[in-house]
Amino acid sequence: MVKLRDIAHSRTGDKGNISNISVIAFDARDYPLLRAQVTAARVKAHFEGIVFGEVVRYELPNIAALNFVLDQALGGGVTRSLALDAHGKSLSSALLDLEIELPPDHDRGSA
Amino acid sequence: MRSIRIGSGAGYSGDRIEPAVELAEKGDIQYLVFECLGERTVALAQRARLKNPDDGFDPLLEARMRAVLPACAANGIRIVTNMGAANPWAAARKTAQIAASLGLPRLKIAAVTGDDVLEACRNRDLPLIEIDGTLKTLGNRVVSANAYLGAEPMAAALRAGADIVITGRASDPALFLAPMVEAFGWPMDDWDRLGRGTVAGHLLECAGQVTGGYFADPGFKDVAGLSRLGFPIGEVGEDGGLVITKVAGSGGEVSARSCKEQLLYEVHDPARYMQPDVVADFSRVTVEEIGPDRVRVSGGRGQPRPDTLKISVGYVDGYIGEGQMSYAGPGAEARARLALEIVRERLKLTKVEVGEWRFDLIGIDALHGARRSQGGAPYEVRLRVAGRTETLAEAVRIGDEVETLYTNGPAGGGGAFKSARDIVAVASVLLARELVAPQVRFVEA
Repeated sequence: MVKLRDIAHSRTGDKGNISNISVIAFDARDYPLLRAQVTAARVKAHFEGIVFGEVVRYELPNIAALNFVLDQALGGGVTRSLALDAHGKSLSSALLDLEIELPPDHDRGSA
Repeated sequence: MRSIRIGSGAGYSGDRIEPAVELAEKGDIQYLVFECLGERTVALAQRARLKNPDDGFDPLLEARMRAVLPACAANGIRIVTNMGAANPWAAARKTAQIAASLGLPRLKIAAVTGDDVLEACRNRDLPLIEIDGTLKTLGNRVVSANAYLGAEPMAAALRAGADIVITGRASDPALFLAPMVEAFGWPMDDWDRLGRGTVAGHLLECAGQVTGGYFADPGFKDVAGLSRLGFPIGEVGEDGGLVITKVAGSGGEVSARSCKEQLLYEVHDPARYMQPDVVADFSRVTVEEIGPDRVRVSGGRGQPRPDTLKISVGYVDGYIGEGQMSYAGPGAEARARLALEIVRERLKLTKVEVGEWRFDLIGIDALHGARRSQGGAPYEVRLRVAGRTETLAEAVRIGDEVETLYTNGPAGGGGAFKSARDIVAVASVLLARELVAPQVRFVEA
């Protein structure tokens, strides 16, 4: 078991009350692992209490990346949120805390 | 094949100034773009303009122009920026004064106006996108409505010989697309080229975010030289081919991984990145490191532009009052929790009307809630109370009540902070593009 942070990097963006979080494999060979384990349902569950809307996942195999779009995620919108991190910029770090199960033959180190 | 080099001199209104000077002096660029207009900045600037008709543009316009104009004029670099905010014409006149005072009176300066569509919006009950409701539900709280303009009027200003183009609300990638359209004569229905140009603009628009800023994670993603981060340069070919690079010797990195992160920044469906000039498709983009701090980005495409333009609507949304106080040492968390309860009770006792609350313990649950706390007693904790109110007086009461913890609260509270501010929030609507009429106007020498 490793953290998502060991095999992928991530960046958060914001538009209105919608957050998007990319998850990008350091090594493209780990992209299938991301696809299999970092599902929209799992991301939605991970952000319970923060994200109140739908979570949609987009796949970008050419850059070994996933893009998650999280609706109703920013306290009503960046410009009116009461939150300390109104943009939700720190959400990417929370996602990198996800646990990932490596297959037995996985021989690549982390970043 | 012809190509141009475009530098990105700012990624937001308060961004560092010297990296743009470095680009102008050493970047071998022909265009320098400053993206300085956040979502709600136009609304705030609109209020400044109402108080003073010569104001309402970016507060750092003068500092940035004074810093870069000498090198830009010496090297023939043309500037495109949205620092006009709510008053591009006043910003253009101000820039002409600055140029004259620097001994550069020959610069041709153009303002792009017409993004202000408040009147057109007043008579239409348009549905809000991203949040529930319609424009009517915001009623008389609306203070501004500005269309995200495309590249055409800026490109027209460049074609007419402008050295400096100052716009208000425009799509951020369009600030970069405009020099490409002008330099290469791209037709405005060559969707694939416009799509590739949008990939370039999108990668460049946040300046340091593609060169190693907003990226470092020690031990996982180490980046050298962040205190003198270099800002990016896009080398764009007439077919829309793109290489991202930066000035040699500057800090940061341009790598496949830094470009991938920025490619998806603030993107929803990567196959449908909505722009005023094109619906760009990032879904088949590839990145390739071709040299030190040089990344080739290929595979962008485009589809026909939408019939509507996105309009950013600023509206008054009450007040936010806030107070903070720190506790440390053994029992810090318990004293901070007691303090929160005292403030909660006090605001109820003194009948402060609050529509929505936050009671945070910074260091424990302020960012992502209590569920993620990693356990162990924190050495220091900072409480934070924030609330939304209808009146400024009530917003002020929140911070005042936190401050009274000094002499009335638990032991050892220190470092009180308080603030109360009025909120201009932003919503979006879509407006038929024929209702928006951009204009270009030059400052007479």
